[in-house]
Amino acid sequence: MKTLVLLYCCSVSVVVMLLFQDTELKKSMERGQEIYADFCVTCHLDKGEGVPYTFPPLAASDYVMENREGSIKAIKYGLQGEITVNGVTYNSAMAAMGLEDEEVADVMNYISNSWGNSSKAIVTIEEVAKIQK
Amino acid sequence: MKKSMLPFYLFVVTLNLSCAQDAENKVITPTNIPFTAELFIDELQTPWGFAFLPDGSVLITEKAGELIHFADGEKSMIGNVPKVYDRGQGGLLDIVLHPNYDENGWLYISYASEDGDEKGGNTTIMRAKLKDNALTENQVLYKAGPNTTKGQHFGSRIAFDNEGYLYFSVGDRGNRDENPQDITRDGGKIYRIMDDGSIPTDNPFVGTDGAKTAIYSYGHRNPQGLVKNPETGKIWDHEHGPKGGDEINIIEKGANYGWPVITYGINYSGTPITDKTEMDGMKQPIHYWVPSIAPSGMAFVTSDKYDDWKGSLLVGSLSFQYLERLVMDGNKVLSREKLMDAVGRVRDVREGPDGLIYVAIEGKGIYKLVPKK
Repeated sequence: MKTLVLLYCCSVSVVVMLLFQDTELKKSMERGQEIYADFCVTCHLDKGEGVPYTFPPLAASDYVMENREGSIKAIKYGLQGEITVNGVTYNSAMAAMGLEDEEVADVMNYISNSWGNSSKAIVTIEEVAKIQK
Repeated sequence: MKKSMLPFYLFVVTLNLSCAQDAENKVITPTNIPFTAELFIDELQTPWGFAFLPDGSVLITEKAGELIHFADGEKSMIGNVPKVYDRGQGGLLDIVLHPNYDENGWLYISYASEDGDEKGGNTTIMRAKLKDNALTENQVLYKAGPNTTKGQHFGSRIAFDNEGYLYFSVGDRGNRDENPQDITRDGGKIYRIMDDGSIPTDNPFVGTDGAKTAIYSYGHRNPQGLVKNPETGKIWDHEHGPKGGDEINIIEKGANYGWPVITYGINYSGTPITDKTEMDGMKQPIHYWVPSIAPSGMAFVTSDKYDDWKGSLLVGSLSFQYLERLVMDGNKVLSREKLMDAVGRVRDVREGPDGLIYVAIEGKGIYKLVPKK
């Protein structure tokens, strides 16, 4: 009986935590969507499709999905030099946007959970703060 | 028979009229290029504007906030530059010399600043002199308000006309519903002030209740090109449209350029902003781009260094990453040429005192277009 209660409590707290993170993520994504429309959409376009050979895609992007730290760094500090996204080489420059850490987290959560990207592990302010140039 | 032909004639005439812009809207890649592009100043991040000093050296604004002096092949940093609001499209922006710089030494600089009570920033125009590699006698001439954390549309290009009036642009600051059509608010405007920041008494809205009296024209979105036409002395702008609908306008006193009531563009999401492209009391552009090239930087060619280029208008493209030459006949665009294809985001273009064209490219530097002999 004791084990059952413990198990019950554990499962409830796990579910609550998951739900909590889910709404946190949802809220962060909503804020991130606004940041995206303000700072990113002019180049990366409305559905993150980008422009081949000019502005790399964020939609279904191997770079965003496989290089979480690099992606956060690019949003936080800008990006210069050659990168490869979905097999295409890009060599343009993106200026730093001057976003606050919370805004970087929000827009990263939006990008990494939109247009075919999926990442359930929420990006937090603390994670962004830790990433250095 | 005669009667039945009338609708047909009308149809043909309408078709011709509606196609008038189409020929201009096809950019061609010329085969005969009268220059070779030579990297003149390397390793720049976002060279937003640049100006040539009488000694041939160059001042370059980096958006992040550095003012660079390039002389004899060496870069040095200019001190006492104001703190800038480096966010989104804001930062240290344009730089222009006073037409009588030789006598008075005034430099005019635009930047995004956080001065004021509200969080965020807005476009600011200042002047200063250069002494011992630092700015001195810094004076803020105009600060647009209120501040906002929005990242878009600072405008910020500066130009002087033949009478010595100073014009500058402030974009709509991401608030298209409130700013551009309201002359009591900053944003979405071209302004005209004296070189010391005072307001000319014959500005169009002097005496209008509540109006920002520095405003010269309104209904703009985000002008990042502003120059004097050397032939007519008129001030021309180009401005970013939304998705499609970038424009070239000739700036007239008190005129309304229509944003966002009329536009040839649509929202980034593809939804319409308005179904109107023209309306009484609102100016039409002399040219519009669909799709958008994202224009930045603007220069008329006045020299004879490049074949038949004299009188052409040069415009940088951020989104398509090339330099565009518009062949002009007075106020009419005859044709468009794509130059320096895939060179990078072209932020600014100027004609130097040597009559040569200089092109600033993000992530690269400033190129000199060396004429082919």
